[in-house]
Amino acid sequence: MKKEKIISLVLLLMALSAISSLAVITFFIFHEGLPIIFKVGLGGFLLSDQWYPTEGSFGILGMIVGSLAVTAGALIIGVVFGLGCAVLLTQFCPPRLVAIIKPSIELLAGIPSVVYGFIGVSILVPFIRDSFGGPGLSVLAASIVLGVMVLPTITSISVDALQAVPRTYREGSIALGATEWQTTHMVIFKAARSGIVAAVILGMGRAIGETMAVIMVAGNPIGMPHGLLDPVRTLTSNIALEMGYSAGDHRKALFATGVVLFVIIMILNTIALAVSRRRAGKVLAQ
Amino acid sequence: MTEQNINAQVQRNFARLAGEAAPPPPVPCAVGQPKMRIENFSASFDGTPVLRNIALDLCPRQRLAIIGPAASGKTTFLRSLNRLNDLNPAFNHTGRILLDGQDIYQSGQDVAQLRRRIGMVYAVPVPLPWSIYDNIAYGPRLAGIAAKADLDRLVESSLQSAFIWDEVKDRLGELATNLSGGQQQRVCIARVLALEPEVLLLDEPCSGLDPISTAKIEDALLALKEKYSIVLVTNNTKQAARASDRTAFFLMSDLIECGPTNQIFTNPTHQRTSEYITGHFG
Repeated sequence: MKKEKIISLVLLLMALSAISSLAVITFFIFHEGLPIIFKVGLGGFLLSDQWYPTEGSFGILGMIVGSLAVTAGALIIGVVFGLGCAVLLTQFCPPRLVAIIKPSIELLAGIPSVVYGFIGVSILVPFIRDSFGGPGLSVLAASIVLGVMVLPTITSISVDALQAVPRTYREGSIALGATEWQTTHMVIFKAARSGIVAAVILGMGRAIGETMAVIMVAGNPIGMPHGLLDPVRTLTSNIALEMGYSAGDHRKALFATGVVLFVIIMILNTIALAVSRRRAGKVLAQ
Repeated sequence: MTEQNINAQVQRNFARLAGEAAPPPPVPCAVGQPKMRIENFSASFDGTPVLRNIALDLCPRQRLAIIGPAASGKTTFLRSLNRLNDLNPAFNHTGRILLDGQDIYQSGQDVAQLRRRIGMVYAVPVPLPWSIYDNIAYGPRLAGIAAKADLDRLVESSLQSAFIWDEVKDRLGELATNLSGGQQQRVCIARVLALEPEVLLLDEPCSGLDPISTAKIEDALLALKEKYSIVLVTNNTKQAARASDRTAFFLMSDLIECGPTNQIFTNPTHQRTSEYITGHFG
């Protein structure tokens, strides 16, 4: 009996250490970052694209736009291909082919991001420079690399959502004279919608947080990007690139960049949780 | 002679040795041409036979009950009639199934169109997760009916034919999944009727329902046989006796016998049939 109590106490301590590191990180970045936001002013920080930290201007609008643009681009690619894969795997594919395709897509998640960046910078960037002009290091390149990186997340969660739709819906619909494609988009998609939304939002979280691969293919200039072929700096790249040599207000401004990123990701996670909870509620109601 | 025919002959011979007569040829329809004719139909999944040389006529304006113990091929037979087994890649068949004289398995057959002519109701009611109205209107919409007035009329008439209109007419916009089991099953019958099919297949439609809901569905079937040919698979022999005009007895992939329901239940030709309906096995 005593032994069991000790074990549960140890397990409790382990669980608490995970939660407390979250608390410490949250406290630390807000403690370091918030004062500089108030010092510069929320407007001067969020609505200006003038980032000259050694001269006292800390506008990160260009990077917010950069992060959002790259994420949106990655999602367009990731959602189109990821959903396509998920529909193929769950609706139209013989099981033998599923056994080959699904693990290969999941393997994509295991490739280190620096390898994605390396392939991007040595193959994709020159290709974009030669075919479309511009420096090659661009929003487009970052979007494509990130799109491939979020593919496994979106595919595997969408597959789970589509597989959770009762098989009987499919048969019921087909027995009413629907073709397999009509059944897929009119019945299965509708029933799995909340799960697919959760997949997209989780993919979005991964895309907006990715740093290494983006630094390698995005060019990272200061200021606002004006088109798909312009180079771009994201919030995460900004922190990673400058943290090594920053000091004083500059260092604090990088923490403030982290605060903005933190808030954006929290919002996305909250939406994802709310959506997936609604799905769980629906399943229970049936 | 094909291999299947030889196999069938061998089986009949074995059956004869075991003391049972070979199944008689199917009884022809009393009135008119058969709606569907099943000729020498055999089916297998991954090489395991589940139906052997079934020959059966389905008459217009008649309810055919299919009885037999579990795993005797009843459901596979039913699902062969509207080609739902095609969804399983392991399915294989030989022989023919004719609908108004046309082989439904011939190449070039529009399967979606066929399934509109031969409606199917499942054992577990599975309304789609939409409103009652949308559940009924889904099939007609797929068939290209878009006018609101036409859809309204179809929804009302099919809910009436399924004996559920009075219970749901004031809440057609509510989720069909929130109805009781018996109501869901009648909505599922109604959505098949909305397609104005010619044949109605029901796979143990009352297996999960209470006696009152069962009685309502049997009443609906009696009224519906005026317009449709009905095939009712049931595990409940009493239901077969109550709610059918002809009965076919399946046992271990074979059709043992088929005849008028009162004859099957009072004076069956085969030993096994009488043992099954009196509850000695199965």
